[in-house]
Amino acid sequence: MSAAASAAGTSTTGTSDSRAAAGPAPVTMAAALNQALADSLAADERVVVFGEDVGTLGGVFRVTDGLAARFGDDRVFDTPLAEAGIVGTAIGMAMNGLVPVVEMQFDAFAYPAFEQVTSHLAKLRNRTRGRLALPVVIRVPFGGGIGGVEHHSDSSEAYYTHTPGLRVVTPGTPGDAYRLLRQAIGCPDPVIFLEPKRRYWSKETTVLTQDGPPIDRAVVRRPGRDVTLIGYGGMVATALEAAEAAAEEGWDVEVIDVRSLSPFDDQTLAESVRRTGRAVIVHEAAGFAGYGAEVAARLTEQCFHHLEAPILRVTGFDIPYPPPHLERFHLPSTDRILDAIARLQWEGSNA
Amino acid sequence: MLKGVAVRTLVHPSETTPADGLLPSAAPLQLIDQDGRPGENPGALHFPPPDVLRELYRRMVLGRRFDAQATALTKQGRLAVYPSSHGQDACQVGAVLALRGQDWLFPTYRDTVALITRGVPAEEGLALLRGEWHCGYDPYKYRVAPQCTPLATNAPHAVGFAHAARLRKQDQVALVLVGDGATSEGDTHEALNFAAVWKAPVVFLVQNNGYAISVPLAKQTAAPSLAAKGIGYGIPSLLIDGNDAAAVYAAVRAGVERGAAGGGPTLIEAITYRIEAHTNADDATRYRASEEVSAWLRRDPITRLEAYLRADGLLDDDAAGRLAAEAERLADDVRQRMNLDVSADPAELFEHVYARPTAALQRQRAELLAELRELAELEEPAT
Repeated sequence: MSAAASAAGTSTTGTSDSRAAAGPAPVTMAAALNQALADSLAADERVVVFGEDVGTLGGVFRVTDGLAARFGDDRVFDTPLAEAGIVGTAIGMAMNGLVPVVEMQFDAFAYPAFEQVTSHLAKLRNRTRGRLALPVVIRVPFGGGIGGVEHHSDSSEAYYTHTPGLRVVTPGTPGDAYRLLRQAIGCPDPVIFLEPKRRYWSKETTVLTQDGPPIDRAVVRRPGRDVTLIGYGGMVATALEAAEAAAEEGWDVEVIDVRSLSPFDDQTLAESVRRTGRAVIVHEAAGFAGYGAEVAARLTEQCFHHLEAPILRVTGFDIPYPPPHLERFHLPSTDRILDAIARLQWEGSNA
Repeated sequence: MLKGVAVRTLVHPSETTPADGLLPSAAPLQLIDQDGRPGENPGALHFPPPDVLRELYRRMVLGRRFDAQATALTKQGRLAVYPSSHGQDACQVGAVLALRGQDWLFPTYRDTVALITRGVPAEEGLALLRGEWHCGYDPYKYRVAPQCTPLATNAPHAVGFAHAARLRKQDQVALVLVGDGATSEGDTHEALNFAAVWKAPVVFLVQNNGYAISVPLAKQTAAPSLAAKGIGYGIPSLLIDGNDAAAVYAAVRAGVERGAAGGGPTLIEAITYRIEAHTNADDATRYRASEEVSAWLRRDPITRLEAYLRADGLLDDDAAGRLAAEAERLADDVRQRMNLDVSADPAELFEHVYARPTAALQRQRAELLAELRELAELEEPAT
């Protein structure tokens, strides 16, 4: 496990084996997602889980481990290797009363399904004047930082957030992974559920529950007065690390986990930025026309008279995702985030 | 050795899926030939009973009249565009009449006559082409999915729908309509493969009209026939005369019965022809000769069935006259409905994007309505 991975979560215990008999146990994000799928399958017989290798193998990340054995081949099953077919048939199943939860094995392997997602899954409610609802969840392991070879580390969120009709969510912690996935499966809209694969093995000591912030709200992961640091998915833990480091340099950083990339929680984000007067957005995806551009534009429109400095972005470079030996130069780091914070036109500084 | 994992020897599909019976005939199956006589190559198709033959004829006559009316309305500017069904009447009517009430149809933009035959009212079926809304009918009311315009994307929808029916133990079959061009799309391949693996109760009907807009079949495929592709998926396939409504009905009916009985999917290629251009915006003389069209006019699906029915005493002048009058009443009705102005409400733009409009969409709706109010106030003094 990488150092970054072990730092995820808001209430990580010192040792993963310190399992108190009565209290909550540490749980990885992968295990929390597995529990969310199991609880959804148990709670609603319309729920079906399918995709490539999700049955006998339990998924390449083991997120569906044990589900086929427990719920049977009619509820959890392997499909032919064809992503458009997986999403296309999920649409047909939802039309006939099921609640499909499908897995795209990796971010870049979801692209063959793009037409089914954008032209059909996202639009059929609209195309039929609301008569045809598609409660489909597409789980997509996304992002880099795991040493994956090409096509295994894309941050594809902006393709989906630019498509009206989709909800796009991504958890930053194991507890929220459970909550968000249960909420996504219960949602009447199609949901793109982006799982930050570099955090699959991060642990958090928490009680897994649906209770808490609803599916469309951002949450403040760490309160602060000086800067609003905005991240999501795999960058939440990085942002929290950066906030710790910034505290040592005298900046009191507020960290917000966006959670719902679409629709965007303007209220929570704008309230924070109006209060702090400064904001930095961090994501792994390329900066150009990336998700952070929308966040910066919205917050500038809504908070202009409260801003002390331009809103800055810390993102991946505008390059195809690099090979494993070079990815550390590409990914946003705590240092880069601290540099951005330092450039926010502080009184007495020349930045 | 993996614990708990059974050791399996590899089983090649040919051991479980014999190739026998998967290949279509070399020549199209036919129950009624182009002169209205019993076809010489009926294969195993069951000849439909007289009441079905009469209904096939009636629905084709009504569909043809509807199609002519829709084409006329397009020339008058009442429809934005209309892809005619003329020539493919037997495919669309025969296939839809072969469905049971609980089954679902997954049509394309060229299948308006199939929609009408399934009971979708004209104004609802034409909403897409009128520019009123993308899909004007309730899919659940008629058990008809929205028309597919990107092509082939409806095929996996049909497979998923049918597989869900099996999982939910509902007796339902899905019929998906695709054209010869759409068979080149990846979605058709994926849908056929999924359907075969899942044994989903689906009937794939390929209306092979020879052209994908302008591109002829020879530039679309090198396969001996489109039906021949079925064997590659392990799907029983039929090649039929698509201008023979009795053959289309019989083939689709057999596919529906096989699917309902747990026998899985069926692939049917129906050879037919699009008499009109692709749409009113197309110029077919740029890619096909008028002699070719004339030759196909002699194979008209309606005249051949009429000849058969008259020869068998199933249709006389009185009945034909009553049917012609019914077709005129239908055309009048379509004309009247289509001449009413489209009622489009800008506020509805924001209604069906999500189950509940998001805060951002509510703001955008308020902005648009304020903009429209301001415009109305500016225009008021002038009137």
